[in-house]
Parts: sequence; structure tokens; C-alpha cells
Amino acid sequence: MDFFDMFLNVGFWAATVRMATPLIFGTLGELICERAGILNLGIEGIMTTGAMVAWMWVYQGGDLWTAVLVAALFGMLFGYLHSIFSVYMGLSQHVTGIGITLLATSLSYYSFRMLLPGVTTPPKIIPFQPLPIPLLSDIPVIGEAFFTQSPLTYLAFVLVGVVAYILYRTPVGLAVRMVGENPMAVEVQGIDVYKVRTGAVMVGSAFMAVGGAFLTISVFDAFYFDMINGRGWICVALVIFASWRPGKALLGAVLFAAFDAIQIRVQQSSASFIPYQFFLMMPYVFSILALIIMSRKAAYPKALLVPFRRGQR
Amino acid sequence: MQLEPRTHTPLWMTISAPIIAVFVVMILCSGLILWAGAPLLQSYVALAKGAFGSKFAIAETLVRATPLILTGLAAAVAFRAKLWNIGGEGQLYMGALAATYFGTGMINLPAPLMIPFLFVVGAIAGGVLLLIPALLKTRLNVDEVVTTLLLNFVILLLANYLLFGPWKDPMAMGWPQGAPIIDEGILPKLVAKTRLHGGLIFAVLASISVWVVMTKTKWGLEIRAVGLNQEAASFAGIPINKTIIRTALISGGLAACAGVTEVAGTKEYLTLDISPGFGYTGIAVAMLAGLNPLGVIVAALFIAGIYNGADSMSRAMDVSNYIADVITAASLLMVMLAVMLTRMRIRFS
Amino acid sequence: MADTDTVLRVQNITKTFGDLIANDAISFSLKKGKVLSLLGENGAGKTTLMNIIFGHYSADDGYIEIFGNRLSASNPAEAIALGVGMVHQHFTLADNLTVLENVILGTEPLWKWKQDKSAGRRRLRELSEEFGLHVDPDADIKSLTVGEKQRVEILKALYRGAKILILDEPTAVLTPQESDQLFDTLRDMLARGLSVIFISHKLGEVMAIADDIVVLRHGKLVANFPIAEASREIIAEKMVGEAVPQPERQVMEKGAELLCLDTVSVQDAAGQKILKSVSFNLNQHQIIGIAGVSGNGQKPFSDLISGMCKPTSGSVSLSGEIVSVFEPQKMVESGIGRVPEDRHVQGVVGDFSVEENMILESYMTPRFSKLGWLQRKNVSDHAKALIKAFDIRGAGPETIVRGLSGGNMQKVILARVLENNPEIILANQPTRGLDVGAATFVHEQLFEARKGGAGVILISEDLEELLAVSDQIAVMYHGQLSKLMPVEGVTQQQLGLLMSGEGFATQKETKHNAA
Repeated sequence: MDFFDMFLNVGFWAATVRMATPLIFGTLGELICERAGILNLGIEGIMTTGAMVAWMWVYQGGDLWTAVLVAALFGMLFGYLHSIFSVYMGLSQHVTGIGITLLATSLSYYSFRMLLPGVTTPPKIIPFQPLPIPLLSDIPVIGEAFFTQSPLTYLAFVLVGVVAYILYRTPVGLAVRMVGENPMAVEVQGIDVYKVRTGAVMVGSAFMAVGGAFLTISVFDAFYFDMINGRGWICVALVIFASWRPGKALLGAVLFAAFDAIQIRVQQSSASFIPYQFFLMMPYVFSILALIIMSRKAAYPKALLVPFRRGQR
Repeated sequence: MQLEPRTHTPLWMTISAPIIAVFVVMILCSGLILWAGAPLLQSYVALAKGAFGSKFAIAETLVRATPLILTGLAAAVAFRAKLWNIGGEGQLYMGALAATYFGTGMINLPAPLMIPFLFVVGAIAGGVLLLIPALLKTRLNVDEVVTTLLLNFVILLLANYLLFGPWKDPMAMGWPQGAPIIDEGILPKLVAKTRLHGGLIFAVLASISVWVVMTKTKWGLEIRAVGLNQEAASFAGIPINKTIIRTALISGGLAACAGVTEVAGTKEYLTLDISPGFGYTGIAVAMLAGLNPLGVIVAALFIAGIYNGADSMSRAMDVSNYIADVITAASLLMVMLAVMLTRMRIRFS
Repeated sequence: MADTDTVLRVQNITKTFGDLIANDAISFSLKKGKVLSLLGENGAGKTTLMNIIFGHYSADDGYIEIFGNRLSASNPAEAIALGVGMVHQHFTLADNLTVLENVILGTEPLWKWKQDKSAGRRRLRELSEEFGLHVDPDADIKSLTVGEKQRVEILKALYRGAKILILDEPTAVLTPQESDQLFDTLRDMLARGLSVIFISHKLGEVMAIADDIVVLRHGKLVANFPIAEASREIIAEKMVGEAVPQPERQVMEKGAELLCLDTVSVQDAAGQKILKSVSFNLNQHQIIGIAGVSGNGQKPFSDLISGMCKPTSGSVSLSGEIVSVFEPQKMVESGIGRVPEDRHVQGVVGDFSVEENMILESYMTPRFSKLGWLQRKNVSDHAKALIKAFDIRGAGPETIVRGLSGGNMQKVILARVLENNPEIILANQPTRGLDVGAATFVHEQLFEARKGGAGVILISEDLEELLAVSDQIAVMYHGQLSKLMPVEGVTQQQLGLLMSGEGFATQKETKHNAA
């Protein structure tokens, strides 16, 4: 296969958009948290939980969309737990995040084992089916690549706009941005810093969980251990790459997914002389490279990682 | 709700905080055991027996504690300098890879030289691995949390490639595992008929050495100063970047030694499952110990006991052994909270 | 029970932080259209009290009444709703957002699909006009000067319809002329029926604007009287308690040259010139004061001499020898004693013990470490000796520094700096936040060192301090340094004009070129 033919291939673009979806959810979620000044390293575990509960909900006879809501709810739950430590108690966000990841992951695995004792091959469900958008999906090539996707994928793209609008055009978005820059500036205007931060972390965590759910109830039809496989950490890198802007986050996620799609295709056609493990390393290596390129001029939200303690001298 | 710093923290509070935290975690996790339909008391008895109930159990717990002491130390040292090394897992495998590369026949030394040699090359490999994120942090301002996390995946894939490819032991009947470590490189057994090996002694010595370095030496002073107040340290003329790099080498080296103990002690050859997340669990160990190098030994014993105990509990009671991961994670969070409450009091208004 | 004139009433307010009683049963009231000046030394509890009124802290005991309504919540929302506005000592603005965004946050419900910025902008413009507080609503906060930022803070309060305005040390960051302007604005507001609480420790301004005076000392209210009954002497005595004898500056013949800066410029990371062709000489037996509104180049100037940054052009020489390596340790070895601007940030490692902080600059010397091992006994003896010599009360070698008072913390730093008899002492805001006793101690130490042959550079925003302590004074403005002036014959007004840029003739051009 000629390398450049790939870019004319419908399957390639469809795969790119599909693979970008969980990253969009995750990156947006992390972005919301960090805009409010909270680094949420619980992302990897929260995505795992989202993947598990959504799948389990459907497996137990639940409806797909309700499963998305259930995942979001569990995401919020862990987000709330995160904020008790990071927002209210002002503890190290690094360690809290790792703790939440370990807790969310282990609880998910434990619950999975408890609810399905003794299964060896993971059982399957019927996931979201592609939803062709009328008219648009009839456009040749583009229609099939971009407008015959899972409803969750459309949701992800729409949410990018929604999040950007809320952040930059509404009072609550202003509060979130300001609380990540200088919490005291928000406090003196009579707004509760803790509530704004907690709210942002909960909503962000819900996004992450839905990103995880996308994997089990849209792309795949089963839940596997270790299936998040570092996607959460990649999202953390993508937020820096995106300079904390939703539009750039979308760009980053799609770019990243495209590289991943290229990598898979090249891998399939050249497996004979380059071991596949090196292709699998690519996403992580790309993330590190993206960080190196962007970090020099990264304009962090100023209050990121800085706890706010009310009434303290 | 407001937090107020305490002017004075009594010693009993400092000591009892982690114990109370762990106790609370056990109560919370009882819910999970009850959910599994297992009788609570018997389950905890099974857990305790599995951890410390017999000579064999104790030996196994010590075997498991060995790498945890080392990864716990790695996290404790790095976190003291506020170098967020979450890459213990990758560094552990790096140490294991180095031990396999040099220890499977490439170099042949008598045991008293071979064993230290394996630790040295392992530590260098792990240190160099953490050097990359540390340099990126000091030179280019790249956040080390994300880079160390991502490198874990890269190194695991590298190990995967080597064990499925060039390093695959032809004698292993198709299993992806490395050639056995030569006899001179094997850590001596400490107690007959158990797996307990000399790695434990190494780990305990490492803890004591780290404690000495942190409290009695110039390097320790520098590391602590950089972690507590980087600006003041810099103003006083403490070389910040040098200290961070040095910390990275020590931390990465310690985590890598855990890989060496597993390959040259516990398993005696490299597999892809030599570490069930020892690198990540090390973070919990370090936090449980309040980043105190000697406390790390106690914390590692506790966590190792939980894991081994949970294994035997799951065999006896049908409670998934993932409960051990839950207890570890919950302890990590609860101890953070408890330690904070020894320094602050909460005032509701 | 209260007469209709009373807009704010503080009743029996008590607040403790650990062992420290910050406010001890304080009561007073503020009348409509009046200025109440709250006076007291640093650490007397003024800011704590205001933070209770505004709702940042909750009091342990007592209550606040605003227009007859008792405050219940411990957050600012309620105080704002009742008409209290506060201008904090440290600005509470988000730097990379616009003036308008900083002002309108919280003025409309959070959950609204559309933010009405144009209405906000109109209202802000009107208020600017009405009170003469000119500032561009769409400018980013980070592009504003200190004076403009303060205007934004006042506008924030007015926008919320504040009837009572609390100003916490508002003139600390202003030039004398800017302060006068602020007072004009305040008089305007009083005429419109606003009431003001004005916190300060500068007697001059208080006499100029206050109607009533409340003096706090060590958390207690020690005086509450109308201005007519007050005199500077009475107030000063109430503030300080027993009068602390101020050390007299003696005239001394200057000695050999210690430090020479020859047309030195410094650029920041973004390539902006933050120190512009500064030339400067310091000799033995000399104290040179550097005045200026904060942020006008004092930081790069002191960073340079501290070894925290390098010049991009020009040369620095110490006793005639040109300096090539700019590192903190190098500067310490060359005999420069550095008292940093912010004690907590640069001065000490708060969680370290006194003994560890005292060797922070010298731990690598053979006295304190051999082959990498710390010499515990030497470290401890060293600390004991310095604690005694500098009279650091209530501290042992192993006391954690974070718990010390500001004055004692500064003594730890002074002890570390002065014990090596440095030839040059760079003291950056050494008395900021200290009470008179502690400040006097610092001044005595500087005089003592000068007597022993040292040259002292004193950077301060407190003109009174500079005029009392320095032999020569220069002013920094936009990265430039004025020529040195003998302190005799220099007035605060003159310095104020220089601080606002007059006399820096070529300045405007350079600024335009840079932009």
C-alpha cells in the first residue's frame, strides 16, 4: 500500500475520528479541572471506572444512553472524592490524583470480579451502532468517514463547542477561569472558591468517565482489564499541548488519533521488519514529544496546583 | 469550613495517625467483603493468617515486601525533593532488563562481585531512565509527572519486545521469559525451603542508608531544602538543578534495584509479570511512611501482608484479591488525610 | 438601639490563631459619610479585623452589624450584599483577564447563557467618569500600573454598590502624588455619602483624612477618639506603647569603593529590558537608599547583586575587580550579605529548623560539612551562639522557623547574613511587616555594620525609613536609576516626583522604542 493512499482511505479517517473520541472526552475533562486550578491525575482510574460501569449497566440489561449517564455519575462521584482532598483539604494534587486512580481502578476491577465471578472470556454486549446523519452521510468519502459515527462521537465534538462557549461566554465559565488564575479574586467577589473548583472537578471527571465508557459501549463490546492503557495520561499531556484551550484540545486529540491510525496501518503493512511493540510505543513517545515542544512556552493557569485555604493567614 | 494550623503536634498524634487511618480503611473495606457474601471476622482472620500466620506466610510477605521497600524508598526520596517520580514501574523493569542483560552469561564473576555488580548496573539503568524526565524538567520545563508515567508504558513495551523477540529463552517452552540468571548472580536464600532471599537485607540496608543520607549529610539537606522551598534554596545558593538530577539518579536507581531483586532473587529470570504494579504501590508505601525512609520498611511490610493475605483470603472466602489494591489505594488517601489532620484542625462555622 | 447614623458596628470581636490572639474583644462603630482610620503597627491585628468584617475569617466571638443587619455567614458574599467593599493590601485581581471581567464576576447569577458584557462596560465607564477613576475596561490586568490596578479594585467595590469602603494600606504601593489623588477620590466618595475605613500605619495621611481614629496594639483596642482630640504624638504613643528610642544616623566619611555598576542592563526571559543602563557606586561606611514604587526594577537590581541574574550588558565590579560569575554562592563568597525581599519566600525554608536555616548559605564549608557529612555539633553550637547574639527569643536551634514571629524570622536571616561580616549588605525591604521594635533592631544592625566598614544598600518603599537611615538616596523608575542625592535636603515630595517618572526625561522614548 502506498503511504499516501492512506489519506484517501475512508477507513483511515473513520478510524481517526473514532480513536479521537475518548481522547476528546478525557482531554476536555482534564482541561476543565486544570482551568479551575486542579490537576486531576485521577483521570486514568476514572476512565477505567466509566468503562466498567457503563458496560456493566448494559450487560445487566440497562439502556445504552442511561449507561452513559451512569458512567458520568460515577465520574462525578470520584471527582467529588478528589475535590475533598485537593480542594477542601488542599492536599498534594499529584498524590491525590494517583490515589484516586489506584482506588477507582481497583474498585472497578473488584466490582467486575464480584459481579461476574468465574468468567474467563469477557462477555459481550450490543454497543452503540453508527448513526448516519441524514444528508451529510451521503457525501462521498467524507460522509462515510465523518458522519457515520457513533452518537457518542458526535456528542464529543459538540461538547468541544459547548465547553468553549461556557468557558469564554458565560459567567460560570469566567468564574472557572478566574479561580484557576487567582482564587482570591473570586473569593472577594463573594463567590465560593471551593464550590467552583469542586464543580469543575466533578464535571471534568464526568467527561473522563464518559470517555472511558465510549470504549466499552461504542468501540468495543466488552470490558477488559488494563483497557484504558495510559489513555488518561495521554490526555493530561494533550491538555498541555492544547495550551488549555478547548479548540486546540480537539485539534490535538484528532492529530494524535491520526498518528495512531497511521501507526496501525504502517504496522500492518510492515510488521515483518519492525516489531509491533515499537509501533505501540508511538503514542507515548508522541505525547512526550508534544510535551517537549509545547512546555517551553506553556502558559499554565497560575493557580494550578496551588491550594486555596480560606480564612488562613 | 476552615482549616487552621496547629501550633503543636504531639508525638502520639504523629505516630497514631497512620494507624488510625489504616483502621478506618479496614472498616470501610468491610463493606466490600460483606458484599462478596463472606463472613467478616473469618475473612480478616484468613487475611491475617495469609500474611503472617506461618513461617511460610511470613517468608512470602517478606519476599513481597522487598521490592516494595525499594520502590517505596524511590518515591520517598523523590517526593522529598518534590520531584514527582511516578515512573517507578518503568525504572523497576529497566533494572530487571539490565540485570538480565548482564546477568545471564554475558559477564561471569564470582558471586561476591557478581551480585553487587548486578545491583550497580541495574541502578545505573534505572537512574538513567529517570534522568530523561529530570533533564526535561530542569532544562525545558517539561512536567515530570506525565513523562515518567508515559515512560512506564514505553519500557514495558520494550521488555515485551525483548521477551517475545531476541531475549526469549528457547528452553522456556514458548513462554515469553528471559534466560535464567547465572548461579553466581542469584541472591542467596535466607531461610531454607522458602523463597526468602538476600534482597531483603539489601532493601533494609538501602532504607538505613537513605535515612542516613537524608538526615546526616549535605546532600540530604539540599534535597530537603529544594523540596520544601525551592526559591529560598536557590537564593541561598543551593544548586537546584544539580540536586534534582542527583535525586533523580538516586530515586531511579532505588526503583531499579527492586527489579534486580525480583529477577535475581524471587524469580531468577525475567518475565513480563515480575511486578504486579510494585512501582505504583511504592507511592502508597512512601505516603504511608510519611516519606520517612525507615518508616518505609514498616509500610512495605504492611502492604505486602495485605496483598499476600488477600490472596489467601480470596482462595478461602471467594473475595476477589483485588481487595488488596482497594485497601492500598484507600490507605494512601486516608493516611494523607490523617497526616494533614495532625497539622491542621478543622473548624466548622 | 443604634442611632441611624451608624453604618457599621463592630461588637466585641475576638479572633485567635493558635496561641496568638489577633483580635481581643474589639468594639467600635463607623458613621455615615465619615472616615474611620484604623491604626496600628504591623501585626497589631488590623488586617485580621477587616478580614472578619468582609467575611474572609469567622470571628471566635462577637458580631458585626452592617446597617443594622448582623453578619452571619463567614464568606464575603453577605458583606458585599450589605454594601461593604474592600480594597485588599495585596491586589485580588486575575492577571490575564480584563478589567471588565475582573469587575463583573459575581455581579450576575453564575448560571446564565449569555454574559452581558456591553452593559457592564457601560456601567464601568459611567463609574470611571463619575469618580475620576480612569481605566480601560478591556485592558488586561497585567498591562496596568500599580496605581491603575488599585483603581480597578476601587471600581470593583463601587460597581457592587458599596456604601462602606475598606482600604487596607492603600498608599503602601503609591507615590505621594498618587496618594494625594486617591485622597481626592475618597473625599468625592464621602461627599456622596459613602463611609470609609482606612487602614494605615502612616500618621501623616491619617491626620489628613480621618474623622475618627481607632488604634490597635497587640490585638487590643487601645484608643478610639475623634481626630480633633488627637495629635501625632498621642497616636504614636498609643500605637507603640512605650516609645522606642530611634537610633541616630551619624555622619561618616566614606571609605574605599566596594561596588561599582557601570551602565548595567538586564533583560528578562521575554527579552524585555527590566534594568536599563544603571550606574552606581557604593563605598565603605555608606548607606545608600533606593526608593521607588515596587515593580520599577528593584527586583532585577537586587537579583543582580544577589547573584540571581546576569547583566546583559555593562559591568559589575567588586572592590575594583570585574565580576564574571553571577551565582548566589559566588556573591556570598565575595562578601555580599543579602537580606531578601520576602522572608517567607526567599529568606527561610519555613519547615526547616533555626539551625538549618542559619547554615543555608554556608553548609558546604568545612566547618559544617566534611566529606559530605554534616557536622551536627558545629551546626548546633553555631545556632546557639547566633540565637544569643541576636537575641532571638523563644527559639532553640531545633525550633521550626515557620512558627516564629516576623521579627524573629528576620533576625534569623540577619544573623545568617551578618555573622560573616560582609563588606556589602543588600537589604531589600528588611523591615516590611515588622513592628517598630523589630524594625529598630534591623536599623541598629545596619548602622553597626556600616560603622565596621560595610557599605549598605537599602531598598525600601517606605520613604520615612529611607530618609532616616540612608546617607544617599536614588530613585528607581521603569528600570532606570536616578543619580545619587545626599539625604540632607531631599524631601518626600521630591522623591515622589521622581518616583512617578519626572526627571527621567529620556525614559518615555525608550519605553516607546521597546514597545
